[in-house]
Amino acid sequence: MLVTKYVITSTESNILPSDIAMKIYGSKYDVLVKETCFGVIVNGEEDVVNALVKEIRSLDPAGIFIKDRGFPPGDPRRCRGRRGGGARPGFYMIESESKMLPMISRALASEGEETETIPEKKKPLSIKRLDEIIKEG
Amino acid sequence: MAKVIVYPPTSMILSDLVERMGHKALVVPEAVRKLATEKGIDSPPLNVTPEEPKKGLRYAAVDVPSGVRGRMALIGPLIEEAEAAIIVQDPGCLTGCAGCSRTNELVRLLIRTKGVPILDLSYPTNDAEARDFVQKIRAFLEGLK
Repeated sequence: MLVTKYVITSTESNILPSDIAMKIYGSKYDVLVKETCFGVIVNGEEDVVNALVKEIRSLDPAGIFIKDRGFPPGDPRRCRGRRGGGARPGFYMIESESKMLPMISRALASEGEETETIPEKKKPLSIKRLDEIIKEG
Repeated sequence: MAKVIVYPPTSMILSDLVERMGHKALVVPEAVRKLATEKGIDSPPLNVTPEEPKKGLRYAAVDVPSGVRGRMALIGPLIEEAEAAIIVQDPGCLTGCAGCSRTNELVRLLIRTKGVPILDLSYPTNDAEARDFVQKIRAFLEGLK
């Protein structure tokens, strides 16, 4: 079965969509690839695409994200060239989540390292303790 | 490997983290693909036939708008398949098949009443929260193995 996947790069990643497209062009895999501003769209047989995205992810494991897509690349039902312009309906979700990708990338990269945990909010001084402090004085 | 439904059902971050941690993410594009790329399309351009709202009747009453029932025809079978769920509260931006508030309420209700393990989260707004977000998802998914 033919499947389509987005390969999306974090804005802080050193890998560019064109690097991914070049890697796919130079690979042995028989897939259709479309370069976009946020990554690439890959279309091909399920096994082939899964193996390929695994290889692509290894370029930058924390900075490359994979998402499923229902429609094939350039499909006239979704392609803005055929719909008179405007973003594809699903783009807004990608755009909204893309803003979080650098944070998620850094979180994935720092996994296993000793990291600071979110400090708990300080509780107000109890009346009992306040009373003790006054008596100590 | 567990089948994990994510909410929002079109989320890139959640589906990526689930797949990255060795589980199967149940997402709407998979259901859309079956309709949109099927050979011998019955109802161009999107192949949504009168059968889809009928499938949705399993999850919503007949007086519920057909848009909700049509969406449930896609999302309902995913909920039935799910063995665990990750729900992000107030995701902010929801469009396309995830852009109907009534459907989203029903989806969250059906997930919660299904009785599968659920992880409730909010999207991170800073680095510390992002680390917490990823750690919570990893701990939850490791607990499913």
